[in-house]
Amino acid sequence: MTFAENTRSLFAGVAGALAQLHQPGRGSSLLVVILFGVTLLMSAANLMLPQDSVFYVSTYSITLMGKYLCFAMLAMAVDIVWGYCGILSLGHGAFFALGGYGMGMYLMRQIGDRGVYGNPELPDFMVFLNWQELPWYWYGMEHFWFAMAMALLVPGLLAFVFGWLAFRSRVTGVFLSIMTQALTYALMLAFFRNEMGFGGNNGLTDFKDILGFDLQADGTRVALLLITAALLALAFLASRAIVQSRFGRVVVAVRDAEARARFLGYRTERYKVWLFVYSALVAAVAGMLYVPQVGIINPGEFSPLNSIEIVVWVAVGGRGTLYGAIAGALLVNYAKTRFTAAMPDGWLFALGALFVAVTVLLPKGLAGLLQRSGTKGAEKPRENDTGKVPAGVAHAGEAGA
Amino acid sequence: MKHLLLTGCLLLALVMTLPAASAGSAVSEQPAPGESGGERQALLTRLTQASLRESAELLDQLERSGGREMRGLFATMLAGDLYYHRESGQLMAVRKNPDGEPIGRDIFSGEELGVQARGSIKKIRVNNRLRSHLRDAIARIDLMHGSEAQREAAVLSILDDLSPQNMRLLQAAADAGQGDRVRELIALAQAMVQLRDSAVTDERLAAIAVMSGRLEAPVRNQLQRLLDDGGEGDGKVRAAAQLALAEIDDRIAFYGFVEQLFFGLSLGSVLVLAAIGLAITFGVMGVINMAHGEMIMLGAYTTYVVQQLMPGAIEYSLLVAVPAAFLVSGSAGVLIERGVIRHLQGRPLETLLATFGVSLILQQGVRTIFSPLNMQVVTPEWMSGSFAVNPVLSITYNRFYILLFALLVFALLQVILKKTSLGLKVRAVSQNRDMAKSMGVRTELVDAMTFGLGSGIAGVAGVALSQLTNVGPNLGQSYIIDSFMVVVFGGAGNLLGTLAGGFSLGVVNKFLEPATGAVLANILVLLCLILFIQKRPKGLFPQRGRAAE
Repeated sequence: MTFAENTRSLFAGVAGALAQLHQPGRGSSLLVVILFGVTLLMSAANLMLPQDSVFYVSTYSITLMGKYLCFAMLAMAVDIVWGYCGILSLGHGAFFALGGYGMGMYLMRQIGDRGVYGNPELPDFMVFLNWQELPWYWYGMEHFWFAMAMALLVPGLLAFVFGWLAFRSRVTGVFLSIMTQALTYALMLAFFRNEMGFGGNNGLTDFKDILGFDLQADGTRVALLLITAALLALAFLASRAIVQSRFGRVVVAVRDAEARARFLGYRTERYKVWLFVYSALVAAVAGMLYVPQVGIINPGEFSPLNSIEIVVWVAVGGRGTLYGAIAGALLVNYAKTRFTAAMPDGWLFALGALFVAVTVLLPKGLAGLLQRSGTKGAEKPRENDTGKVPAGVAHAGEAGA
Repeated sequence: MKHLLLTGCLLLALVMTLPAASAGSAVSEQPAPGESGGERQALLTRLTQASLRESAELLDQLERSGGREMRGLFATMLAGDLYYHRESGQLMAVRKNPDGEPIGRDIFSGEELGVQARGSIKKIRVNNRLRSHLRDAIARIDLMHGSEAQREAAVLSILDDLSPQNMRLLQAAADAGQGDRVRELIALAQAMVQLRDSAVTDERLAAIAVMSGRLEAPVRNQLQRLLDDGGEGDGKVRAAAQLALAEIDDRIAFYGFVEQLFFGLSLGSVLVLAAIGLAITFGVMGVINMAHGEMIMLGAYTTYVVQQLMPGAIEYSLLVAVPAAFLVSGSAGVLIERGVIRHLQGRPLETLLATFGVSLILQQGVRTIFSPLNMQVVTPEWMSGSFAVNPVLSITYNRFYILLFALLVFALLQVILKKTSLGLKVRAVSQNRDMAKSMGVRTELVDAMTFGLGSGIAGVAGVALSQLTNVGPNLGQSYIIDSFMVVVFGGAGNLLGTLAGGFSLGVVNKFLEPATGAVLANILVLLCLILFIQKRPKGLFPQRGRAAE
């Protein structure tokens, strides 16, 4: 299979996903319907009902929901590489944060002279650090399209370079995981530096508006939630199409028996690189949507702990199933919100226990539990976790749901 | 007896060279006890009430009346710790205890006076002029009465202030007979004065010859001044000074290099200690223990607990803490292996996640049991302070001992792996698990023991780290990524590789630091490692033979 064919099949996957929007498949239609049903209902309840109504949904909840959906998208990105290709990335938070910084830079430039120091050219933190002019990499970030392009390009390029270097020299397994962790750790250290020009410790914050809409307004919040839901659905369908395509089947073969796939003539490293780049882009989009909703981006997002937490969302939901990743992210984050409010000290205990319990007792996550109870003796056997089953029987995850 | 004789000679010499015993400069032997007691007490009482201006004069009188007994008083005053009781007027050195309460101690007897109420004591003020006055006075006392090291320090401090009276003092001290190093320093001081005051070119050139290559800061400063302000008209002297300065700079650069090398090796030893346990578990079992950092943390907390249990014997606490930490972390490791890792055989990625969960639980556990704040671990006397090789190079004892300790631990591990039956089994399992099992090795037991050993070593590393960094719940986390890098760099399952990897990463890091700053150096090293892995995916020293894939 040539290089061009690789990319072509990737694009075919994306195109297929767009087509699927009109004719949704069995499993995904349910998810998309629920997603849109809930977000639309929440939005309507927020905008149309009076504040004292029992069904009124606060703007806080809208933002919280938007945040969860961003995390869901991020979890899906990790699931694509981990669940389908066996690449355990402990550094996906880096792509998420880079996308977020891209959006943050645009939002920062939109503040204009409304900052504390009222400098029309420089963001507050640069005035504070006594910088005289905008660093070159901030040029053009005041244009929305350019900022968005950069927010995709930079993480995409980083994923490409890293993946190309790593996969070409066949770094696999725990070594690869550690390298991804080192990557995000190095980025975190770098972004903590004031000299980097990204606001150092405090990051970018105090945003005012996006494309002329006030970020504090209920309408903007609801619109952002709807956009997030729509993009999540789109990413879901695209990912689903990719994993079901020929490209996706090779990827699963790589996960289960990489050496065998390579001996059959597939340039496995190219499949891995492109899948990794796609996954990084999805994570970057999630980051771009995350920042305007929570209103801040700081180097903490790069911390290895954040990245590894994403992995546990996927593990809880069930890796190798896209809907599992989404459900896992929503569940764990909802639990986190509840838990940290009720007993802040307990959360890390719970999260740690979750890591241990899921990996030891529930290797396929909740999705595995569902499958076991729902379709007992299902027609298609599922791959086991040690990857010893021949590539042929492995298949896209959510088909059985 | 000998000492008395010496001071007697000194006194004689003083009397001869300083017949006037002019005010402020003289260090006289202690006057007869009878007359001094009351007089000194009066001076001390006046000191509490004196203005800054009057204090200097009082200090001179005290120096004359008390001699070496006044050293403690002057040092306390110089440090700004000298207080007096508002009512009784008693002078005391005040230090804060860990709770922030002021604790008084009698200056002369050293007797503890207990916690002082805040309002009841008042500080005796010092300004910069008084401080330099005090420093001179301390130097004078040390030079005459101090130990060899104190005399050396005294001459060094006089180099800053080569006043005629100080020079007379030095001459007196030299005549009284001194050790080699002190005599050399006195000669240096005389050369500096000669260069400054003499008008004869040859004398000045000779002075520069003495000064050439000396690392003491005042020497360099004087030469620099000579060249800087252009006041030096003598071309020969200028040229000689230039040469001398160049030689000094060369030597400073060399010792700077040595110092950096030492810092690098010290960082390397910490990395080796942190990573070596990880290398064992990873090499034998193929699993990454993300809770390894927390094993280090447990070791550090064990040190804290041991010190709390034996407050009277801090000097020996580390000797107890090392085996204790090995036991605590080692048994924690065995528990983790039995409870979690055993169930994840052959699934390294899941093991990574599960052990990460364990690390979260341990961190939060420590936060709950102790506190989220850093704990105070005391450094024993024999590990604090530093050894000054020369004025620009000094080596801190704690880093030096930890370097030795790391090498010791490494050697011990090598012996365990190469010479004991456990080591034999461990090597067999790491080379071919199935075959070892067929030969009757109880691999499960070996796994547990290996994990216990690796974790125990991490605990021992924690004891060492508690002497260098803050002991807090995040202690382990900050070392875990670096330790992984060392293991990856050195090659998994290879102790020699870990040693080489740790030291080279440490040294490279420290040599990058001055050029780039600490954080950027760290980042650069990480990036280089990522690139290095591309070229040598199995590390510096890959496993060879059939065991390697």
